[in-house]
Amino acid sequence: MTVTKDESAREGADGEGDMAGGADDGYVPSERRLARERYRRARARRATALASLSTLVTAAVLYLVVVNAPGWPRTKETFFSAHYAREAFWKVLEGLWLNVRLLLICGAAVLVLGMLIAVARTLRGPVFFPLRVLAAAYTDFFRGLPLIINLMIVVLGVPALRLQGVTVDPVVLGGTALTLTYSAYVAEVFRAGIESVHPSQRAAARSLGLTSRQALRHVVLPQAVRRQVPPLLNDLVSLQKDTGLVSIGGAVDAVRAADIIVGRSLNYTPYIVAGLVFVALTIPMTRFTDWVTARMDRRQAQGGSL
Amino acid sequence: MSTPETTTVGDAPVLRMESVRKTFGGSVVLRDVDLEVAPHTVTALIGASGSGKSTLLRCANLLEEIDDGAIWLDGEEITDPRVDQDAVRRRIGVVFQAYNLFPHMTVLDNVTLAPRRVHGVSRAEAEERARELLERLGLGGKADAYPDRLSGGQQQRVAIVRALAVRPRLLLLDEITAALDPELVGEVLEVVRDLKDQGMTMVLATHEMGFARDVADQVCFLDGGVVLERGTAEQVFGDPRQERTRRFLRRIVEAGRL
Repeated sequence: MTVTKDESAREGADGEGDMAGGADDGYVPSERRLARERYRRARARRATALASLSTLVTAAVLYLVVVNAPGWPRTKETFFSAHYAREAFWKVLEGLWLNVRLLLICGAAVLVLGMLIAVARTLRGPVFFPLRVLAAAYTDFFRGLPLIINLMIVVLGVPALRLQGVTVDPVVLGGTALTLTYSAYVAEVFRAGIESVHPSQRAAARSLGLTSRQALRHVVLPQAVRRQVPPLLNDLVSLQKDTGLVSIGGAVDAVRAADIIVGRSLNYTPYIVAGLVFVALTIPMTRFTDWVTARMDRRQAQGGSL
Repeated sequence: MSTPETTTVGDAPVLRMESVRKTFGGSVVLRDVDLEVAPHTVTALIGASGSGKSTLLRCANLLEEIDDGAIWLDGEEITDPRVDQDAVRRRIGVVFQAYNLFPHMTVLDNVTLAPRRVHGVSRAEAEERARELLERLGLGGKADAYPDRLSGGQQQRVAIVRALAVRPRLLLLDEITAALDPELVGEVLEVVRDLKDQGMTMVLATHEMGFARDVADQVCFLDGGVVLERGTAEQVFGDPRQERTRRFLRRIVEAGRL
């Protein structure tokens, strides 16, 4: 991630250099500048060559170590079987659709609930005291509770109560557990954003006659949310992979689909397939997060004075 | 820039403070401060940094709660805890040292936010008045720009327009040129001068002594949270009675600021 940022920064610098060169003022680059640029290019070429070489060497060493490991033939068979990979792939993809739906629904619910909790924590005034305490207790509890335990309590515990009219659907219950935990994380992200908005902004809004609520709605929250987009997306990436945990309740998602095949065949290849599919799903999201972050960094650099 | 509100009776003061006391933690920032601001006049608060000028303004706008004393706006005691503070602030415009524009809104949105949300003016009407005010302050082309695209002087003029857009009864200016590069100070002070000519009632905390002498009807010298000396500009600048005032002014002259 840092590498990408550095690269984009360098690209930006180069672009500006070219723009200055293209300015229509009869500027001719001096011999000194050309020499400098030649040197930089040569250095960049050397760096690329070196990077490629070291990558190749590292890959070769890794390959040799793994392949020459005493258990490799057996491992290859149980974890990297082409036959089971083909069989698992479509099943896993079918299951993945459930993960995607869970991500979309839980993601939306988490954003709304997280925002409500964050706002509740920042409300002032004695009337809101119970609300503040409740919101604080909520975030403390669900941030500390391991997600897997939360899931087991909700997915296995709620049906055990045999309550009338309460669902026993593991997907709904699993989604609920995910939402409970992630709302606590996201609430803290939002709260950090709200507190990062300088008090002078609130003062300016109040001095215009805006009520406390209007100042929050029109001045503080828009700035808070904008600043917190990168960490929010980060939490969504995390949520995306954690949707795989609903499989513990028996919901047939990508992980469970793999599980079923493993249970039948005693070959672990389907797990590898499921894992890779999740990685493939999160990569675009991660790249998008990086892109947004880089864009906001750039804009901040231009912005200068707030 | 017109002076609306017809609640004034004759020359009754727009703003009156009596025995105002304000402390932060253990330190007394304002001690027994009295102040009267007549309609259509300009009051300049001068004094060293930390003398309480900004705090006085913030108290007048109820951004800070005073410990003792009372403040009246147009004869209504606004420090009464039963008073609707938002309603009071609606009648007072404030311009801050650091502009405090909303960075996520265009200039036009900055200016129309309060008229639309607080005063219930329609968008079209609010924007028309905003564009008119921006035009008048030489910001006609900047309505759709974001604040970070403007120079400090332009940002500060936008902040003035934003404060004026709600037709305030009283304008509080808190060292509005202190954050500006020297060559940008003039354009902002020019605006204040125009406002005075149009009859706006203003209280300004300032380090621009030359400007204070020029524009102020009343000058108050604050020192250690006390109004040590007050009078017309000629009195305070020309013939200060207090030794501390004299010393303060001498330092200013030596620094080449007067």
